[in-house]
Amino acid sequence: MSFNLLVLTCIAYVIFLFIVASAAERSAQQGRAKWLRSPLVYTLSLSVYCTAWTFYGAVGYAARSGLEFMTIYLGPTLVFVGWWVLLRKLVRIGRENRVTSIADLISARYGKSNLLGVIVTLLCVAAGTPYIALQLQSIALSFTVFVSDQGRAPLAADRNLIAFWVAAGLTFFTIAFGTRNLDANEQHHGVVTAIAVEAVVKLLALIAVGIFVVWFVATGPSDILARIDAQALPEWTIQPGRWTGLILLSAIAIICLPRMFQVTVVENIDDKHLATASWAFPLYLFLISLFVLPIAVVGMELMPEGANPDMFVLTLPLHLGQDGLALLSFLGGFSAATSMVIVASLALATMVSNHIVVPLWLKLRAARNLDTGNMRLLVLSVRRLSIGLVLALGYIYYIISGGSEALAAIGLVAFVGVAQALPALLGALFWRGASRNGAALGLSIGTFLWFYALFLPSFGPDVLLPAQLMEHGLFGQSWLRPYSLFGLTTLDPLLHALFWSLSLNTLAFCIGSLLSFPSPIERVQGALFVNIFDRPGPARSWTTPVAQAEDLLPMAQRILGASAGQAFFRAQAQAQGKNGFLPDITPDFLQGLELKMSGSVGAATAHAMISQTVGTTVVSVEDLMAVASETAQIIEYSSQLEAKSEELSRTARKLRDANEKLRTLSDQKDAFLSQISHELRTPMTSIRAFSEIMMDADGLSPEEQTHFARIIHDESIRLTRLLDDLLDLSVLEHGQVSLDIRPANLRDLIDKSITASKSVQAQRDFRILRSRDPEDVQIVTDPGRLTQVFINILSNARKYCDASDPQMKIIVRQKDTMLEIDFIDNGSGIPRDKQALIFEKFSRLTDSLQAGGAGLGLAICREIMNNLGGDIDYVPGQGGAAFRVSLPVLLERPPATAVTSSSPIDAAGAD
Amino acid sequence: MKLPSRTTQFLARDTYRMRRLMDAARMLPVVGLVLLLLPLMRLDSSAENPPTAAEAVYLFLVWISLIVIAFVMSLWLRRTLGPPRPPVAPLAPPHEPDPDAPATPEGR
Repeated sequence: MSFNLLVLTCIAYVIFLFIVASAAERSAQQGRAKWLRSPLVYTLSLSVYCTAWTFYGAVGYAARSGLEFMTIYLGPTLVFVGWWVLLRKLVRIGRENRVTSIADLISARYGKSNLLGVIVTLLCVAAGTPYIALQLQSIALSFTVFVSDQGRAPLAADRNLIAFWVAAGLTFFTIAFGTRNLDANEQHHGVVTAIAVEAVVKLLALIAVGIFVVWFVATGPSDILARIDAQALPEWTIQPGRWTGLILLSAIAIICLPRMFQVTVVENIDDKHLATASWAFPLYLFLISLFVLPIAVVGMELMPEGANPDMFVLTLPLHLGQDGLALLSFLGGFSAATSMVIVASLALATMVSNHIVVPLWLKLRAARNLDTGNMRLLVLSVRRLSIGLVLALGYIYYIISGGSEALAAIGLVAFVGVAQALPALLGALFWRGASRNGAALGLSIGTFLWFYALFLPSFGPDVLLPAQLMEHGLFGQSWLRPYSLFGLTTLDPLLHALFWSLSLNTLAFCIGSLLSFPSPIERVQGALFVNIFDRPGPARSWTTPVAQAEDLLPMAQRILGASAGQAFFRAQAQAQGKNGFLPDITPDFLQGLELKMSGSVGAATAHAMISQTVGTTVVSVEDLMAVASETAQIIEYSSQLEAKSEELSRTARKLRDANEKLRTLSDQKDAFLSQISHELRTPMTSIRAFSEIMMDADGLSPEEQTHFARIIHDESIRLTRLLDDLLDLSVLEHGQVSLDIRPANLRDLIDKSITASKSVQAQRDFRILRSRDPEDVQIVTDPGRLTQVFINILSNARKYCDASDPQMKIIVRQKDTMLEIDFIDNGSGIPRDKQALIFEKFSRLTDSLQAGGAGLGLAICREIMNNLGGDIDYVPGQGGAAFRVSLPVLLERPPATAVTSSSPIDAAGAD
Repeated sequence: MKLPSRTTQFLARDTYRMRRLMDAARMLPVVGLVLLLLPLMRLDSSAENPPTAAEAVYLFLVWISLIVIAFVMSLWLRRTLGPPRPPVAPLAPPHEPDPDAPATPEGR
């Protein structure tokens, strides 16, 4: 097959995946993609376990070692059919704590310690990079095997170049679909769906080759069995040590591999999916393995001497002239490699950004006392960079190792590496006494031993470790030889490293845990993780509040995004029975916020950020008791009581708010009366004075007469305007206003308002920041009234914004049928205690008459918006005064009767 | 949530069955491992070539039986799994007993 055709096929296939992924993303966004998150898709996404190493390598493995290849799939089978023991708990803990990676889980369990996160991340990157290199190698290799016209396309022979383009393409794909959003627990619908499609492709490809081999090359199963026995080599004898050790190792790997953790735990949304996967995933592995031995045997029989058995899946159909089948098989291998690389780089990048880059950045910023800026964008860009970095590392590794034999063995080497996380992980799930120090100790020792006894020597003598060292041991000490530590000389190098690293790791972990004393937060998390099925909801680790909600909101917005952050605060405030965006800071609220944020940046970072703002991380003894399982029953009995008192205090809070409001309103009413008398009297006085002068007209020149008449005229206009405003307000409040509803373009309305408001304090130069595209919305409303609201907000900003370089940001966004228009200036904003009052009549923040109005503007605005079926709010914490106008895109008649706020209290209560 | 222990001495037959099924689910991987290790115990080192075909058939049979048993068990076990709980229940009082919590009678 020609090189160009093959490249075209690959590109077409990738485009197909792109379409699938983006369609999945789109329907997930619209919330109508139930099947996307079905148990089937979940199970298929788990097949990312079967990489190119499985697809091509299993046959090679079988040709070399007989049945031993099965161990790699039998271990995971045992773990999955035994899901009730381990996976169920792991998945539940992961979901309830919004865990983003295995490093995050371990760091969260051991007191949200970032040290552990860093260790696990480094371990996973060290083990994962060569594995990625292996995938790049297999794609490059399959290309060169497949292309028949290598003479005409020199590119086809250059494996490094092919690997480079594959790596670049995968980086792009992973960034496009893996870093689209931060929230939603790191779940990636698009990626998962694409992976599921690839899972089907690779399974079908392998089965197709298998069926061809069994029924078309051989004459059926019995013939194949006969051929197997005929081809069996002495090396095929099952070796007890390796057989047991590899089953164990692959069982550990399916739990600890970062990519498996990503698809099994992080992307899980329902325990029931796991119940299905408990048999469906082993079935998938079964089907994948079923034809491996037949293909290997027939390949050995038919292929010329010296053919690479690792490529039999591809070369056998080619050899037998089945080009179509070979192409399918090529796509299967391509799928296996790409899906692994996508998920692995995504999982590793999440770890690198959450546990290394972001904490480092926060620390640097905190040290220099700088604001943390827009975290959300930062985390996303860091993650994108990390994906590029991980793939670049994989590519560099591939180039350095030069596609050597060492690379082929790297799969198992990587397994042993990630297995080092197992003791800490099991301790996290089942042992409340496991502590951070123990975990750190065990992980470090295990990682070091893996590095020394397996990873470094795996490159062969004199590549990374000098041959002399490998032969005679470190410092000439023979008991320090990498392949026979402490005198264990008879074991196979892989088992040797597995044995020492895992057993010393476990030992150090246990001893460290037994001897150290965990911090309170560790104990809280420990009780929570171990007893996950015994108590509802997450534990509290926050105590008495110190910070203001207003300080937390900007931080939350930076991470969750502005609208999601505000929505969360608003929902929490509502749950407490409060209005607006600022809930009371209760331990429960902090806990919820932390959990929400840890879905984006990991538990340790989220905890650190909140404690930086809140200023306390101390957990009291009472809180410890509250989560200890001994008191679980007491909690059970007192919970109803507590719920009732919660209810009571919520009612009390509402009453207090209402009372407060009533009192201020009564004060306002008095102020209103004196204000209105004052407002009416001032123009009246001057009108009277000047008219008296004019009655005495003799001594006046005509110019003076005109001048005085103008003053009288101006003052009466002012009077009229005041009375108009009052009337307007009264009409609006009683819902008797007749609206002039017609279609209009929002952009035109904003344009008009900006022009109109320029007359206010015309000497001030305001910078307007707006994005014209989202403003281009066709709405049906009363354009005149809406413009009135806009003008009011804009002129207020012109009057009150105290920044030296004033600017106004206008942001328009559409949420379902509602439009939200934010007006944010860069002044000092409105003080907290005044925020509740600004929409009341005659409330002017400054008592001076500089405003030139009566303080009715915002009250009118609110009534107008109510009449238009929308609302106007003050949004705190936006770096200036921020008003949010929300209104329906399509106003239906008659809203006026729906919103009748007849009394001032109703009007106030509607905010 | 668990009830105090005085009510758990005698269980309804269904609950009793379910608990034993959970025990069985915990034992399954152990049984599976033992069955998968059996070939080691019938290794004949004197034979020239290993009986690969026979062992392959044996292993695949064990494998598919494990899958079938896990399938049957999962049909029953999944009934004890409640719908996914929201990670935070922002609108509910914090310590309200969770009605959706799985009715697992087990507990440690």
